[in-house]
Amino acid sequence: MAIKHLFPLKYRLSRRGFVVTGLAAGGAFVSHASVAKNDKNMPAARPHQGRHGATQVIGKVDHARNGFDPKDILTDWETGEVTTTQDGTRVREFVITAVDKEIEIAPGVLFPAWTYNGRIPGPSFRAKEGELIRVRFSNLGSHEHTMHFHGIHSARMDGVPGAGQVAPGDSFTYEFVAKPFGCHLYHCHSFPLKRHIHKGLYGAFIIDPDPDRHPEHADVARSRLLGTPENKRWQEFVMVMNGFDTNFDDENEFYAVNSIAFAYQHDAIRIERARPVRVYLVNATEFDPINSFHLHANFFDYYDHGTTLTPTLKTVDTIMLCQAQRGILEFSFADHEPGRYMFHAHQSEFAELGWMANFEVV
Amino acid sequence: MRSVMTRSTIILPILLIIALVAAFLTVQPFDYLTRGVPPDESITVESVRLDDEGIHVTIRGSSAEPTVIAQVQVDGAYRFFSMSPNQSVGYLQTANINIPYPWVRGEPHHLAFVTATGQTFEHTINVAVTTPKLTMGSLLGFALIGLFVGIVPIIIGYSFYPALLSFGESGRAFAMALTIGLLAFLLVDTLGEGLEVAEKATKALHANLAVWMSALVSCLVLLNLGRRSGRPPEGAALALFIAIGIGVHNFGEGLVIGASFAVGEIALASFLVLGFALHNVSEGVAISAPIRKDAISFMTLAKLAIIAGGPAIPGTMIGAVSVSPFWTALAFGIGAGAILQVIIEVGSNVLKRRSDGTASWQSAASLWGFISGIAIMYVTAFLVSG
Repeated sequence: MAIKHLFPLKYRLSRRGFVVTGLAAGGAFVSHASVAKNDKNMPAARPHQGRHGATQVIGKVDHARNGFDPKDILTDWETGEVTTTQDGTRVREFVITAVDKEIEIAPGVLFPAWTYNGRIPGPSFRAKEGELIRVRFSNLGSHEHTMHFHGIHSARMDGVPGAGQVAPGDSFTYEFVAKPFGCHLYHCHSFPLKRHIHKGLYGAFIIDPDPDRHPEHADVARSRLLGTPENKRWQEFVMVMNGFDTNFDDENEFYAVNSIAFAYQHDAIRIERARPVRVYLVNATEFDPINSFHLHANFFDYYDHGTTLTPTLKTVDTIMLCQAQRGILEFSFADHEPGRYMFHAHQSEFAELGWMANFEVV
Repeated sequence: MRSVMTRSTIILPILLIIALVAAFLTVQPFDYLTRGVPPDESITVESVRLDDEGIHVTIRGSSAEPTVIAQVQVDGAYRFFSMSPNQSVGYLQTANINIPYPWVRGEPHHLAFVTATGQTFEHTINVAVTTPKLTMGSLLGFALIGLFVGIVPIIIGYSFYPALLSFGESGRAFAMALTIGLLAFLLVDTLGEGLEVAEKATKALHANLAVWMSALVSCLVLLNLGRRSGRPPEGAALALFIAIGIGVHNFGEGLVIGASFAVGEIALASFLVLGFALHNVSEGVAISAPIRKDAISFMTLAKLAIIAGGPAIPGTMIGAVSVSPFWTALAFGIGAGAILQVIIEVGSNVLKRRSDGTASWQSAASLWGFISGIAIMYVTAFLVSG
């Protein structure tokens, strides 16, 4: 009897927000539909909370104290310093430092993290296929760390204990040729591995294809190569799916893309309808066998590992990735009406623990 | 030096204590030992109420430093919540957390409170039902339950009195021994229940110690009261103390029954109430046993029934609207002490009863009485283990 009274029909239908996202997302997500208009308010101040409450965290993360904003992380490619040697080799050099740092991974929840350059995920490296990569890595953390790149390189450069493991206070330079092109990642490979990864030592490592090496798909390669006019048309985002085990019981309390739970849920990612979208998706989630990405009201082409110039999966709206698996998603909202379109892990558990987000299509 | 041995020297130890406290608070000489250690955080969920608005939780802080509740999960999802007076709860302070939530009647729900350092404290609502409100209807219902659990069985127990009398001296010895057996069972049962509830209370309150200590204190106080005349209580006076002991026990039992109703943990309410009624019939036998035939009256029996059974009524009502586990544990501790006191008094009564050289406890009637008392309680306890 009481239950019926919990959901009076007029109450449900009177909420504008329900029509916008509720139909697709379910009633639990209702209150976010109108969040954009009063983002500055604390959730507690929202007048329409009602009896349903909402799936959300309360309060706001202090991005300034964290030293990074999840909104910026989407697009702030780390391109390093490029020089050309006398024999014409392009050398791309990155400088990176491991530091211990407390990160507010959800409003009011501080996580004692290990980071590359003070942020999680670490810098999103972007290089061009065939370049010589040099990564000058210093460890200012309290434990030994490495940088293990998912790419093609020699054993000496593998970034594992015995090959590029760096003691606190020391440094090491990793050197290898950027290949194969694709969407890759790097992470610390010191042991115990689980602890070193879930504490925050991972990031995206993207190698853009060199159009000259792929004449059969030169146009596609050019659209992927950062800085070309063809590439500028695209709206590109990097999204590292991750989780945080804040009580250290080998289960994550929070999930997100780019660390901050529900960050893009409250503060939707703006998309211009006319321009296509490309997402560099990396799964760095520890403890859970898989993570996933589901796009609402649309379908995408998927390039597993990003190592091909034709899709490995066409026209899907959900993909799943094991840890370290990654890929490129391409889609367009050109024919859609403007509005909020959700995307989230399609493990409802992860979604409701923070890995839930919105595109604001304009 | 004799001159300084005055009462005013009590000031000296008090000054020393104040000096010690002041020195520690200002100098903090041992803080270097815990430098860099994350703050200690701890809370205990004291009560959960469910209504049409959602879930309402009362928590108590039990760590020296305040615990900040940063986020709340319900069933593995972060949910909007509000907390008063604020998001931080200090040592032994309580705070209320309101979570608007469309909970599902009859199903379990899991709560997790995430602190500022990412620690989690979990609580499970085993069966979600609307927490009873204090309406006339519900009050009447709980009063009726208390009546059937407390008073009715005692009146039925009284009706054994004439039959026991017909057995003469041995019938009396049987009844007294049965009383001791029953009380022995109740003592163990009451302590057990008290210690079980104490587990749910905030550790910092040391509720288990409170159970033991309140038992000792209430036992001593009642012994003292009972022997104000210099002699152990007998006859109607002893019956009164038995009634008091059983009454305090029934109050605690009422709290637990009420609380079980409130959290929906009672599947077969009628069966359980009937079970308690049968379980408690022997209490009537126990109360009437020491009363001499010539001293018995309707008024006396009615008064004793109300003293022994009546507390079940407010107990059930208070338990239903939720009472913190500490107070329930304390009620059981006091009840255990009261029961211990009557065991001592009935025991001393039995020991010196006869003047012909044989003590009544040596008779077969006494042995069977004691065994019957325990056996009846044990077997009828099956009916209430719901």
